[in-house]
Amino acid sequence: MTIHALFSTLSQSLWVWLATDVLLWLLFVLFLFSVVVIVRSPLQRAVWQKVFRQRLAVVSTVLLAIAACFALLDSIHLREPLPRLTPEASVRYSVEVNSVLDLILTDLRKNHEKTYSAPLAVNLAALEPVTVSMPDGAVEVRREAPRLKVAGSIFPPGPVNDTTYWLDVLQRVSFGALGGALLFALLWLGCLMARRVLTSNPQSNRVAWRWVGLTLGVVFITGGVFTGLSTNFHVFGTDKVGQDVLYQVLKSLRTALVIGLVPTLVTLPLGIALGLSAGYFRGKVDDVIQYIYTTVSAVPGVLLIAASVLSIQVMIDNHPEWFATAVERGDIRLLALCIILGMTSWTGIARLLRGEALKMREYDYVQAARAFGVGAGQILLRHVLPNVFPIILITLVMEFSSLVLAEAVLSYIGIGVDPTMFSFGLMINNARMELSRDPVVWWSLTAAFLFMVILVLAANLLADAVRDALDPRSEGQS
Amino acid sequence: MSKPLLQVRNLSLGFARRDEVSESPRIVDALSAISFQLHAGETLALLGESGCGKSLTALALMRLLPQQARFQSGHVLLESSESGVRSEDLLRVSEDRMRQIRGRRMAMIFQEPATSLNPVMRIGEQINEVLRLHRGLTTAAGDAEVLALLDQVGLPDPARAAAAYPFELSGGMKQRAMIAMALAGDPDILLADEPTTALDVTLQAQILDLIRDLQQQRQMGVLLITHDLAVVSARADRVAVMYAGQIVESGPVAQVLNQPSHPYTRALLASLPEKAIPGKALTQLAGRVPPLGSWPMTCRFEPRCAIREPHCLEESPPWVFLPGAETPHEQHHALCWRVGDDSTAPVDAGEPLSASTQSTGSPPVLQVVDLSVRYESASKGLLYRLRQLWHRAEALPSSPVVDAISFDLRPGETLAIVGESGCGKTTTARAILRLIESESGQVILDGKEIVGRGIRPAKGWRRDVQMVFQDPFASLDPRQRIRQILSEGPRALGLSATDYDNNALIRLLDRVGLPPEALNRFPHEFSGGQRQRIAIARALAVSPKVLICDEPTSALDVSVQAQILNLLQKLQAETGIAYLFITHNFGVVRYLADRVLVMQSGRVVEAGNTEQLLKNPQHAYTRALLASVPVLS
Amino acid sequence: MFAYILRRVLYAIPILIGVNLITFALFFMVNSPDDMARMQLGVKRVTPEAIQQWKAERGYDKPLFLNETSAGVAQITDTIFYSKSLTLFAGEFGRSEDGREIGREIRERMGPSLAIAIPTFLVGLGLTVSLSLFLVLFRGTWLDRTGVVLCVGLMSISSLFFIIGGQFIFARMLQLVPISGYESNPLVAWHFLILPVTVAVVAGIGSSTRWYRTLFLEEIGKDYVRTARAKGLSDTAVLFRHVLRNGLIPILTGVVVVIPTLFMGSLLIESFFGIPGLGSYTIDAIAAQDFAVVRAMVFLGSGLYLLGLILTDLSYTLVDPRIRLK
Repeated sequence: MTIHALFSTLSQSLWVWLATDVLLWLLFVLFLFSVVVIVRSPLQRAVWQKVFRQRLAVVSTVLLAIAACFALLDSIHLREPLPRLTPEASVRYSVEVNSVLDLILTDLRKNHEKTYSAPLAVNLAALEPVTVSMPDGAVEVRREAPRLKVAGSIFPPGPVNDTTYWLDVLQRVSFGALGGALLFALLWLGCLMARRVLTSNPQSNRVAWRWVGLTLGVVFITGGVFTGLSTNFHVFGTDKVGQDVLYQVLKSLRTALVIGLVPTLVTLPLGIALGLSAGYFRGKVDDVIQYIYTTVSAVPGVLLIAASVLSIQVMIDNHPEWFATAVERGDIRLLALCIILGMTSWTGIARLLRGEALKMREYDYVQAARAFGVGAGQILLRHVLPNVFPIILITLVMEFSSLVLAEAVLSYIGIGVDPTMFSFGLMINNARMELSRDPVVWWSLTAAFLFMVILVLAANLLADAVRDALDPRSEGQS
Repeated sequence: MSKPLLQVRNLSLGFARRDEVSESPRIVDALSAISFQLHAGETLALLGESGCGKSLTALALMRLLPQQARFQSGHVLLESSESGVRSEDLLRVSEDRMRQIRGRRMAMIFQEPATSLNPVMRIGEQINEVLRLHRGLTTAAGDAEVLALLDQVGLPDPARAAAAYPFELSGGMKQRAMIAMALAGDPDILLADEPTTALDVTLQAQILDLIRDLQQQRQMGVLLITHDLAVVSARADRVAVMYAGQIVESGPVAQVLNQPSHPYTRALLASLPEKAIPGKALTQLAGRVPPLGSWPMTCRFEPRCAIREPHCLEESPPWVFLPGAETPHEQHHALCWRVGDDSTAPVDAGEPLSASTQSTGSPPVLQVVDLSVRYESASKGLLYRLRQLWHRAEALPSSPVVDAISFDLRPGETLAIVGESGCGKTTTARAILRLIESESGQVILDGKEIVGRGIRPAKGWRRDVQMVFQDPFASLDPRQRIRQILSEGPRALGLSATDYDNNALIRLLDRVGLPPEALNRFPHEFSGGQRQRIAIARALAVSPKVLICDEPTSALDVSVQAQILNLLQKLQAETGIAYLFITHNFGVVRYLADRVLVMQSGRVVEAGNTEQLLKNPQHAYTRALLASVPVLS
Repeated sequence: MFAYILRRVLYAIPILIGVNLITFALFFMVNSPDDMARMQLGVKRVTPEAIQQWKAERGYDKPLFLNETSAGVAQITDTIFYSKSLTLFAGEFGRSEDGREIGREIRERMGPSLAIAIPTFLVGLGLTVSLSLFLVLFRGTWLDRTGVVLCVGLMSISSLFFIIGGQFIFARMLQLVPISGYESNPLVAWHFLILPVTVAVVAGIGSSTRWYRTLFLEEIGKDYVRTARAKGLSDTAVLFRHVLRNGLIPILTGVVVVIPTLFMGSLLIESFFGIPGLGSYTIDAIAAQDFAVVRAMVFLGSGLYLLGLILTDLSYTLVDPRIRLK
């Protein structure tokens, strides 16, 4: 889809704001806000410079940022207008809800094959009876893999010559890589100029910018290669219903990010409020809060999630009138899943913060504030919270990866995201049985594996770097 | 004189650091050309303030340095125990050989007995480990030897102590056990790194006596590392004064303390509160020990020196030998260009103090009547007991922490509360401020009752009484700027905005001797002494009538302590503020206090006028306390 | 000691009641018994009478928390919550929706679950502690750094991949072990157990090794380690005689809490490898939306967790001389 067409569709469509869209964008705004806060505070800036002096942290951040870009583009949903039957009829919109990312990836989305096909293949991965007329006029029915509908359609019918095939692949790879590199070079040049204008003293800039560039370069070139190849092939093959696996993987990024981030909107307020007040006020408040979190953590998490998801599924099924489209229905289930995950995972951070608050209430500077008669709320807000902030942040980043991993397991058990959506868990679940087929269908699983590991590894490495820089306990070791 | 046991020659080492800006690795000097000798049967004291490299020297001798430390040059020659065998250079022997020396030839004891013993191993086992390793004893033979050792260090019940875990022993007993462990290898040299700093005064004297007795019995060489001049004067034979990674003066104790030749030694001696001339402020040494990595190129003391001259900046100072030594061993020398120029620079005796502001006639500003504090008792509600079921119950002391103490404090007066750790002095202060609940008794501040049965004092009372805490590193919120820290009090107490606007805060900083730029900085940018000034300014921001100072100088070095004490004196003269001064240091008491209160396990055992009480103590406990304070001869 | 345990057991009761409140609220507030009946009966047989009968048979015809038609104590006792949760406390788990007795099912399936969980736990603990000690011994070298990166890498791979990959490589390609199945005869069982146990151990290795390494490193920074070195002990002696003992305290007491929950089995491993344990029982119940079983498993799981907490406290007194129970 050209950029022009994209914008004209955007302007004519009915925008649909799903609940998770709103939350994801809200998180993004919060993120931007905290970036501003960090940049303006010298103390915070020094800490984050310490984080971003580490190469792995920079690489991870860039990768996560790219995943976030995909997720954000995938979080603007709209319904395209249907062609009007009569000129004076009111505009009606399609029931199909697409995201901006869908529109950008229209080719990937719509180019369906019949069923499985291997990465970069031009033939189906399944044998079908084909009628072949022999030169002697006899007709023979053979079982062979037919040519694909979309991929390799520029090649003449019949078996594809190896040389032509590889030449074509090579050409697309090199053009794609070149395009990616060019785009990257332009972007980098722009950044360099902007940097020269913005920062007067390049000496003070301690972020490992070289690694930002390297990572971005690799990502852009890989992206270029993928784009180049996608013009004629399925880079990661197709699945059972013939859908492009690359498209599925890219769509799964949003689900993973929603699952990894949105629960924190539940976890944080609960964990911070309950944890800090239990530790600071002690006594009866502490008793009650401890009772609550012991109870919640006593329930086996999976079962609690299962029970809640099943209950909500029944509720959704009983009230089909609440949802205009299937996407909205799936989204409500996703939101419910996030809330439930948040409800089950706040106990960890609450316990941690309770311990910290217990310790900090005896600190001299808290005592000094009490000696001035500063109220408990003010003390918690001004003295305790800023000082436990690193702990909260580290827990959040670590929580992110465990939530993304949990999604896969939950989807496998059948209590994860709605089966009509895309997610790594669903992809793995679907691909699991395919390993026993002959020939082995390995590409769906591999693609999901690759993207998921990169995402989680990036988050884990970033968490490590953040902990090294922020955790006061790690300062002594060297 | 026989050959020295240990000769340290030109020992230099540095720390590998990564440069903040260029990221390139570099070496930062930490010890420069340290040289000294240690003979059998003598005690050499390494004296210096924190951060000058005393502990590092000891660790370097044992080769127990942190990873980033790098030896640069020098020799550490250890005389062989057998005659006729050449001495070894400890910096050049293999790690295997070094392990045979540690614990066997050279043993070390540390500052914190509480953390320096393995918490989950019985004392006997920990000592036996040394016996098996270095003396080849079997476990059974070792057990008998352990008992003998524990008996030697004066533990009353060696068998019980051997079977005990460290947490079951008191601090003094733990340090004795540490010493027994150090003796187990029958070492020739004992390195004692601030062995008594973490202990109370009475214990301090006992442990120092023990070390001296054992040294005489075994003819050990002892390297005593300390910051306490009085300890040096009472226990050491020779002393080496360290400053910023160098030895700046060394010689026999009596000579160094009586005729200090380096300006640093002189300033250090003069800043002791014990040396204060009545009616005069303490001599103070400006500034602080420069942090690692920013030491001056030539004379490291030059920026703080009162007698510096242009030449000091051009060339490193030489070692100057003072006359009068009969043997080289008793040589007294100092690292300074101006040794001997006594005429030019008597260290400036402090300015005269302004007349005492104390007004005996006026009514007391603070009255404490029968105040008692007890930690939360077990007789609480159901929920409390349920909670106790869930957690391991902490041991609750049955006797009160503070037991019916009474005193009053007049405007402009300084009342010192003296006692050992755990006697309830800090608890008293916190109870007055209502930071903890008191059980019974009353506190009357400026005529209004603020603590008492069912009393809820009227808003704003906290303006009149404020506190300065012991540890300046813990008492300032690391994430707030000084501006926020200083304005927190006036804001919370609802003072008018002009009391904490920019000008008011700058005036406040000026009163405690800090520049206006400090307002926008964060606490970590300041040294300990400067932070304590900020803490004082924070309390003064609401102009209290009473300031409770909880050991405000015990975490500071001697030279900085003098600065803070002088500042407190000056502020009292200016404003007539009353101080409740909590301390364990009799020197400080003598210098600052008008009256003294001696506390022991929650009770006041003696109270009275400072001069009288110090000269003529009545209560046995006071006498014991005073007797164990090492006195500068 | 006995009094302590008794008090702790008593305190567990309000928590278990709380757990039951949560589960009942979840199951019945959102889904009325009518909805459940409709679902269990299937679309064809739904009539108001059939629903009533279904509910009456299973005791779902009472109000949930408060019976206003009854008087006095019966207001509380004559409810679904009271009747269903009191029986749980008595160890009566009732029947599943397909009529099988849950208690018996649990007893039968415990064996296979433990056959997987205990070897996994022991091998995993031994292996991770040794690995972390190994990394600590070589701290600061490239070996340590590579080890830590490997741990983070292992942590980042979903356990599903380990299971699928393990099955594919060892069972399908190399055909060393059967893909799935179980045999109660111990002589044959190891054949079925070896792959699931290996996979489970490998899947858990990354995070624990890294965590234990941090714990040991924290110990190494302490003063008593310096004392031990000052005695002349070698690095290895310091590590094994001093650091190990102290470092094991948080590790052992940390794992004690999971010991009782080993009974619950592992959901993923059991279901992938076709092991008839409690984990696969739970998964089947979730798939069949069998609330009676799920409720029983929640109760069992939280009871075991609380038991784990008590055991944790007791284990402290065993390994740490500083802790005494009052």
